[in-house]
Amino acid sequence: MKRVLLSFVLLLPLGVAAQVTSTDVQKIMQRDFQTRGQATMDRVVQDGVQRVCTESNDRPPAELAKQMEADQLKTIAFPEGSLIGDWKRGEGIAQSGRGLQWTDPAGAAGGGSCYNCHQLSPQEGSHGTLGPSLLRFGATRGTGPEMQRYVYGKIYNAKAYNLCSQMPRLGYSGTLTPEQIKDLVGLLLDPASPVNK
Amino acid sequence: MKRFLAGVLLLGISSAPVPAQDAKKEIQKYQQMIAEGSPVELFELEGEALWKKPQGPKNASLEKCDLGQGPGVLKGAYARLPRYFKDADRVMDLETRLLHCMTTLQGRSREEATKRVFGNESQPSEMEYLSAYVAAQSRGAKLAAGTAHPKEKEAYELGRALFFHRAGGWDMSCASCHGEEDKRIRMQDLPVLYKREFARPIMATWPAYRVSNSQFKTMQWRINDCYRQMRYPEPNFASDTTIALTTFLTVTAAGEPYRGPGTKR
Repeated sequence: MKRVLLSFVLLLPLGVAAQVTSTDVQKIMQRDFQTRGQATMDRVVQDGVQRVCTESNDRPPAELAKQMEADQLKTIAFPEGSLIGDWKRGEGIAQSGRGLQWTDPAGAAGGGSCYNCHQLSPQEGSHGTLGPSLLRFGATRGTGPEMQRYVYGKIYNAKAYNLCSQMPRLGYSGTLTPEQIKDLVGLLLDPASPVNK
Repeated sequence: MKRFLAGVLLLGISSAPVPAQDAKKEIQKYQQMIAEGSPVELFELEGEALWKKPQGPKNASLEKCDLGQGPGVLKGAYARLPRYFKDADRVMDLETRLLHCMTTLQGRSREEATKRVFGNESQPSEMEYLSAYVAAQSRGAKLAAGTAHPKEKEAYELGRALFFHRAGGWDMSCASCHGEEDKRIRMQDLPVLYKREFARPIMATWPAYRVSNSQFKTMQWRINDCYRQMRYPEPNFASDTTIALTTFLTVTAAGEPYRGPGTKR
């Protein structure tokens, strides 16, 4: 009997340990992390998107995803007029991997880290592959108002278009300003941009 | 030497556009070169001196530090970490255990002993030297982190959950970069670390000398710097979070013969 009880007690923590929920992880992170520079502790508190994507292993139920994407779309304030900014400045923003880290000065201009994951200008051979290649993006997809809106919105808040996308919400998170995002739209869409040459 | 290597790196990957295949070959050549000129041995020697140096209020060395195989037993000890330690009632990785020995054997305060856990180019940290020395004594030993004790299982499960947990300023989990095969950041190939075949060669070569910043780096640093780039706040040194992740990765890599400390790009 004693042995049976003992093995039951031993088994129990395993059963519990096997189901570490995102709430458990968050509590542990709140204990194990600390604010440093601009990287504050509120960042370990998951928002709805992060929670749903973690718990569904990035495969949220379609209905829920649709509803939450619509909510994310509401976070985007689209500027008036043409969204095509200066592609030359956009290239610099795409190259820069700064912003939001505890080593980055708060308030300084961030970058888009675009080349970390995407191919853009053909002149830049050192590009990542986590995201799709964006080479000739504007040349193949057009540059009209709808496309401008899509590209602006996608950079501002990628989760509005694909809830569990791995792409950061660069405008929503405060990494990039609306002006910077327009410059990136220019890099992608302007016929004069090397991306479209 | 460093400048020369940096030049090779630039030639290899930035004289764009380079066809991906050629770039890969260049990087492999470069990796072979840096391994041949690695200063890892110097860190091991300095670490040995520190291991044997009496320090702290008790004026004691670390030579009686029990890394899991008995007091002072270094051979194969690193390869069996992280593991549960009864005296601390906790799963510990190498750096955490070293810190434990500094506070218990040497009588140093935790605050003092953790003042400088990560060094810089001009001055490496004590932890980095010691990690190099201790890890080197496991060359050839198969990675075998603890998996039997309930707290070891708990650490593994927590590490696994952490690996896939999305949060932070950019919604990232470890899997955002280390979750899919054949992906890279810039030119850096990304190992899919929850898979055995990818975890094995990586965990068998940490801690490591990193040429890109001319420093010897520990696993605690590796995880810390990932979270920095993931736009999280800073994980505490020797916290359950960092130990759990190392446990998850090392258990995933189990069986691989240790061949570090390594040399990374």
